[in-house]
Amino acid sequence: MKDLFKVVKRRIENNNKKGAVGKKANIPHNLLFKCSRCQTSIFMEEFEAAGNVCTKCNYHARIGALKRLKMTADEGSFEEYDENLTTKNPIDFPGYEEKIKKFQNSTKLKEAIITGECTIRGEKTVIGIMDSFFMMGSMGSVVGEKIVRAFERATEKKLPVILFTASGGARMQEGIFSLMQMVKTSAAVSKHSKEGLFYCAVLTDPTTGGVTASFASLADVTLAEPKVLVGFAGRRVIESTILKRLPDEFQSAEFLQEHGFVDMIVNRKNLRHVLNQLLIFHKQGEIEKWKKS
Amino acid sequence: MEKELTAWERLKIVHNPKRPNAYDLINGVFENYYEFQGDGYFGEDKAITAGIASFQKLPVTVIANLKGKNLEENKLFNFSMAHPEGYRKALRLSKQAEKFKRPIICFIDITGAFCGVDAEKRGQGQAIAKNIMEFMNLKTPIISIITGEGGSGGALGLGVCDELAMFENAVYSVISPRGAASILWKDPKKEEEAANTMKVTAKDMLNFKVADFIIKEPAKGADKDHVLMCENVVDYLIGALKRNLQKNVAMLLESRYNKFRKIGIFGE
Ligand SMILES: [Zn+2]
Repeated sequence: MKDLFKVVKRRIENNNKKGAVGKKANIPHNLLFKCSRCQTSIFMEEFEAAGNVCTKCNYHARIGALKRLKMTADEGSFEEYDENLTTKNPIDFPGYEEKIKKFQNSTKLKEAIITGECTIRGEKTVIGIMDSFFMMGSMGSVVGEKIVRAFERATEKKLPVILFTASGGARMQEGIFSLMQMVKTSAAVSKHSKEGLFYCAVLTDPTTGGVTASFASLADVTLAEPKVLVGFAGRRVIESTILKRLPDEFQSAEFLQEHGFVDMIVNRKNLRHVLNQLLIFHKQGEIEKWKKS
Repeated sequence: MEKELTAWERLKIVHNPKRPNAYDLINGVFENYYEFQGDGYFGEDKAITAGIASFQKLPVTVIANLKGKNLEENKLFNFSMAHPEGYRKALRLSKQAEKFKRPIICFIDITGAFCGVDAEKRGQGQAIAKNIMEFMNLKTPIISIITGEGGSGGALGLGVCDELAMFENAVYSVISPRGAASILWKDPKKEEEAANTMKVTAKDMLNFKVADFIIKEPAKGADKDHVLMCENVVDYLIGALKRNLQKNVAMLLESRYNKFRKIGIFGE
């Protein structure tokens, strides 16, 4: 048993080392993109031209919320909700305010999600986009509150909701307040759903922890981008619990689909079309119209 | 006048590999089919395809058994023999249909639900039972069409509906002819006799009031003309949907209940 542990430990360390070598390669890292799924390095230019997609294995890498909004919503159609909600430090976590400021500067966002209303090829919807570059897209009070308000407005206005999820999970720095956001967001999804309204989740890289265990898993239709990481517990945590190295495709969108949790895997370049079609399918009153025809 | 085909002869037509399968019918009858995967619990079963589509501009949910056209496809679709995950996916998407008040259209063509250790462990029987019970209560119209084989409980997992139509040569049975022959006469070679004895044809089902409608097939079978077959399905569905969308939810559920409540032959 001890030996087994050693073998596994060595493998995990080797694995980590491999990653570390890649990072320390001599080529300036902003010239190359190193794919976290297939470990291939490709030129940044090629990677960006493909819409931040690995041209070798089709892994759909992270993109910021503003870029995502631009590639999803009709130009000029976005009206932001609750842009002025501000983050407090509910458990007086040391250095939290500074950390928030740092990410506000680097991402040009106030928090890890933007919410609002937009049209997608003319179809109106409420939209929320999480940003993994803002503190790993972690969910604290502001993220939770913005999601809840987005669902509440959608319920009031009888609009669908599209959420792009990207999150490391609950935000440790807000303690129990973060955990409780899982409850209020899920409850808001339920109220919206009970009115017969449509909610589509788009799982993007990475969707994990408390976000997977709440609103990200409760959509009517769940889409995912190819090869993205989706799961509850972190890979390392599981590996050290079961003392086994996990297969590379573990917790990928494809792995999830095989196990019954993803409706469709959609390439980024096709997302706008698919979302538009799903919005049309779920438009209110289409069935009444047909009956009268 | 042409001589009436026997059940056995019809089975031969139904087993023709060129007969339109679920994808042929879906592509011919609907537009914009979006296939959704997964039961939301354990897995994805390729033996059943399900999703949403547009029927003459009406959003509908489609659920269908899949048979392959070649060995490779048949392996992928497990020769149409669904696992519990297939039935649970069907139920998940039926609930979705109910939420959005979309009618449900099922195409049934299944040899039988899969029989195996894993299927038992994950509750094959329970999965079919749940579908029977839940389909009875879905607050949206359900139209089921047997396009080939209506194989026993496996077919019933998609077979509780407001209207059951059958393709002219389709069959619906409690057991396969081969199974019947080996159980009843201890001789699987008597399957032809069994098929012709068991009363399994669309006409039989119409007489028994198990089926409500027979959809004509092109001469000598649906495999001869997919386009015409799909047109016949479209014509049938326009009427069936209009008939059932007219009913309010209470009426719909009551007539669905009565449709099955009435079935059974006994004296007292
Ligand atoms: Zn790659």
